[in-house]
Amino acid sequence: MIQLVSFYIFASIVIASAAMVIFARNPVHSVLWLIVAFFNAAGLMVLIGAEFIAMLLVIVYVGAVAVLFLFVVMMLDIDFAELRAGFVKNVPLGILLAVVLVAELVLGIGAYQAGAVQLGTPEAGVATTSATVPNIEAIGGLLYSKYVFLFETAGLILLVAMVGAIVLTHRRSHGTRGQNISSQVQRRPQDATRNVNQPVGQGIEL
Amino acid sequence: MIGIEHYLVVSSILFVMGVLGIFLNRKNVIIILMAIELILLAVNINLVAFSVFLGDLTGQIFAMFVLTVAAGEAAIGLAILVIYFRGRGTIAVDDVNRMKG
Repeated sequence: MIQLVSFYIFASIVIASAAMVIFARNPVHSVLWLIVAFFNAAGLMVLIGAEFIAMLLVIVYVGAVAVLFLFVVMMLDIDFAELRAGFVKNVPLGILLAVVLVAELVLGIGAYQAGAVQLGTPEAGVATTSATVPNIEAIGGLLYSKYVFLFETAGLILLVAMVGAIVLTHRRSHGTRGQNISSQVQRRPQDATRNVNQPVGQGIEL
Repeated sequence: MIGIEHYLVVSSILFVMGVLGIFLNRKNVIIILMAIELILLAVNINLVAFSVFLGDLTGQIFAMFVLTVAAGEAAIGLAILVIYFRGRGTIAVDDVNRMKG
């Protein structure tokens, strides 16, 4: 019973906040609704026992991606009213497309009701879940053994994304003094310091 | 009783919402990027639901890789958006023809 109630709560909030993301007038509000949508999608995933992906969703999406969106929306000085000018014009096309997509889904489900397509008999799963092993432990065991190269590739993709974002947005600012590492390293003590035998009572000459 | 159909319906509604968002906000590239995130979220819900339904963890592993690509895509997309805004002073993307493609 509680599963039923929580599923419908999570699902309805996900869909409502997704609608608010695309219909909100202010992009800052859109980002905040996006955060609500991700949180409730994570709730949906916790409900079926995929807690690792759910926590990843909260950490990566809410903690990183949504905050990135928020920063960009707030940093750029954009006239959002002008950007919404085409909204009304695009409504018929957008609604038409959504109706077509939903009709296709309904068609697929209706065809399935008439009798499912047989795609052959499945082999045994490559990574079947066990009731005794926790989700995170099972994913960790799989990720660091069978999928270790894919995991490394994911890290490489993140590195490339990070370097690309820095290269794209970095601006060399004039008027600030940067560090010249080679001249620092080449500097020797005998060039930089001078020993003087200073007579008593006279000022030092620098 | 909640079955896989419920999850598939939620994720397909979410997917259609994302596509609708791209078409409704054709000028505002920030909303377009957020709609792409919604589409990828729908994909992830689908993958995780089937993973649990089939009792096979591979779907959750692949959901993680989709998450990685989504994060990279958001970072690069926003970086391109920032330099585009610096050059043009606007982010209206319906008349982008800088590369004459």
